Amino acid sequence: MPAFPKKWLLVIIALAVVIPLLKPVLPDLVSDYRLFLVSTMMIAAIAVLGLNLLTGFNGQISLGHSAFYAVGAYTAAILMDKLDVPYYATLPVAAVVCFIVGYLFGLPALKLEGHYLALATFALALAVPQILKYKWLEDLTGGVQGIVLSKPEPPFGIPLSEDQWLYYYIFVVMVILYWAANNMLNSRSGRAMMAIRDYHIAADTMGIDTSLYKTVTFGISAAYTGIAGALSASAIAFVAPDSFNFFLSIKFLIGLVVGGVGSLTGSIIGGIFYVLVDNSAQALSTFVKNDLGLPFDLSAYTVFGILLIVLMYLMPMGIVGGVYILIRRLQRAGRGAPAAASRPAEAGKGH
Amino acid sequence: MKKTSRRTFVAGVSAAAVLTGNRVAFSQKKYDDGASDTEIKIGHTNPYSGPASAYGVIGKTLQAYWKSVNEAGGINGRKVNFITYDDGYSPPKTVELIRQLVEQDKVLCTFNTLGTPTNTAIHKYMNQKKVPMLYVATGASKWGDPKNFPWTMGFQPDYHTEGVIYAKHLLANVKDAKIAVLMQNDDYGKDYWEGFKEGLAKDAGRVVKHVSYEVTDPTVDSQVIQLKDSGANVFFNIATPKFAAQAMRKAGDIGWKPVIYLNNVSSSVASTMKPAGFDNVQGVLTAQYLMDPTDKQWDSHDDMKAWVEWMKKHNAGASLQDASNVFAFAVATLMHETLKKCGDTLTRENVMKQAANFQKFRLRMLLPGITVSTSATDFYPIQAVQLSRFKGESWELFGDIMHAEST
Repeated sequence: MPAFPKKWLLVIIALAVVIPLLKPVLPDLVSDYRLFLVSTMMIAAIAVLGLNLLTGFNGQISLGHSAFYAVGAYTAAILMDKLDVPYYATLPVAAVVCFIVGYLFGLPALKLEGHYLALATFALALAVPQILKYKWLEDLTGGVQGIVLSKPEPPFGIPLSEDQWLYYYIFVVMVILYWAANNMLNSRSGRAMMAIRDYHIAADTMGIDTSLYKTVTFGISAAYTGIAGALSASAIAFVAPDSFNFFLSIKFLIGLVVGGVGSLTGSIIGGIFYVLVDNSAQALSTFVKNDLGLPFDLSAYTVFGILLIVLMYLMPMGIVGGVYILIRRLQRAGRGAPAAASRPAEAGKGH
Repeated sequence: MKKTSRRTFVAGVSAAAVLTGNRVAFSQKKYDDGASDTEIKIGHTNPYSGPASAYGVIGKTLQAYWKSVNEAGGINGRKVNFITYDDGYSPPKTVELIRQLVEQDKVLCTFNTLGTPTNTAIHKYMNQKKVPMLYVATGASKWGDPKNFPWTMGFQPDYHTEGVIYAKHLLANVKDAKIAVLMQNDDYGKDYWEGFKEGLAKDAGRVVKHVSYEVTDPTVDSQVIQLKDSGANVFFNIATPKFAAQAMRKAGDIGWKPVIYLNNVSSSVASTMKPAGFDNVQGVLTAQYLMDPTDKQWDSHDDMKAWVEWMKKHNAGASLQDASNVFAFAVATLMHETLKKCGDTLTRENVMKQAANFQKFRLRMLLPGITVSTSATDFYPIQAVQLSRFKGESWELFGDIMHAEST
């Protein structure tokens, strides 16, 4: 996948910084609720990025990222609740804890490939909510009741609403994490990760320590998703085992595939997608039923499913891949001459 | 002394009439977000999908209820705009949707939001925003706390109180009780268990065995065998319908015949007692507050007749056996009544004030003798239950209505 043009990136970052400040001018357009929604999208984008590092760039499939998300969220929640640690200080701890958990899980996962790894991570996703309820941990995790937290407040009397502050906080974290991921992927280690994905044996022969890379990637991936979990604990101000069921893993996976496997931009789009489409699917199904008056009582998930099938059919390489191909086609049509040379290059994108 | 002329007298009288009439006809209409001359917006979240989607029927019946209210002209001339979203029983989703309801859709209040973890996630938010969160669909005891959470109110008798009632009845009626407890391992189960222990007080040592199961377990057979082996002669069954039925069937199969106390949540004849096998459940005790639709003794009761008629007309296709439909109908009726009482002052403050101002209100479908009472310090609308014993193929109420003192 091509890198995002730098000029546009700066424009988007500038817009992302300025727009929330327009709240007093355009209170309907830039409401607290919308900012909160964008914050949840950014959190999702970080979680999807974590999964993308593992699945998209290293070729290991995981159905268990909801578990790392839960570990991150609970680490943050317990620190805030029991030890009165400030919310921003919970992020590094959550990252370290999740890295260790991910690394340790990555060790046995070395022996598992493809479907078997998917199954093992699936088991992890199922086990973690139960472990959180376990009676020995109950004093710490609050058991099924979960832990109620307070939302972060803007420091030093900065005149921002809670949601504006939360937005900036998450935005800064996201930018840092994306910058770090981008640097890592463009380094020697990143190329090694991708080489393992593309041709494991060849990578091994080249002298890459494949088991080390695979386990460390597992750890980093878990740490990213864990940070997303810790951020969500602050944003939602409540954690409970019911928040982290297996379906969350599936949502990350949907975000990943829809956005674009192996693409940083795709992870952001994937994060936006799953928050947005999840909501609009529901609006769409009530629209069909009440406003159009059609006799279909579609559940929101039916609509979600149909949208997903259509999307996968039209853009098999995810939104980023699809848009990229579209742009290339338009450019070619504009030039009038078929640029045959660009075709093979295109086919290689979107992994 | 000046004589009052006829003309001034008439003028005076009509002026007085206009002035007093003013208070009636043109009393000031006051509105908060979500209310207007034509509309009242109510928000609602419910799991229509996901692990708890069985509760989806409650949401559907509520929708049908408000539709029927609107068809009949609405409340004081205003149509109810009932906005319901699917949270899939996931607390973060509930937070997001409730914020959408309050901040984007600008509802006047929320009503009957379902689930204990989901409501816990929005509890603080609703009270910070000062938006009424009425008649939540959960029996946890924390919803009646007007001192700390003046904008939240529960509906059904809380699990804790029910547990106390069983314990007291047991101590008074069973000699040399040795108690075995089966419990669903979540906050619902724990609330019952805590109440039960509180009711036993110094006799808590009579519990000889206490085992739990997870909602995801396929069966509770092995738990029941453990309970039997403990030699207990009383069995407190804190389980949701499917597991409650399994447990009592298994107990019957292995020849264990204790005195069984069954939690109200699973008292449905159709979904618990019948699958458990009528032979296995004779004499089982429970506490009830709503009329069970499969219970023949209510067939000729006016409330039940009205409910059946309403269901056939406005909620066709929904099950007439399902007690959830009775629950939804009753709780919606209470909300309807609350809004009616608000008159033209549809402010959030007044909604709470009216909700906290029921005196022995006879709500449809409650057992005869049970009423709704609330006050500024009492946010538990229904606090009475009546014990009943299973006989033949239906419940038989006995004893007096029991009022809970543990508030």
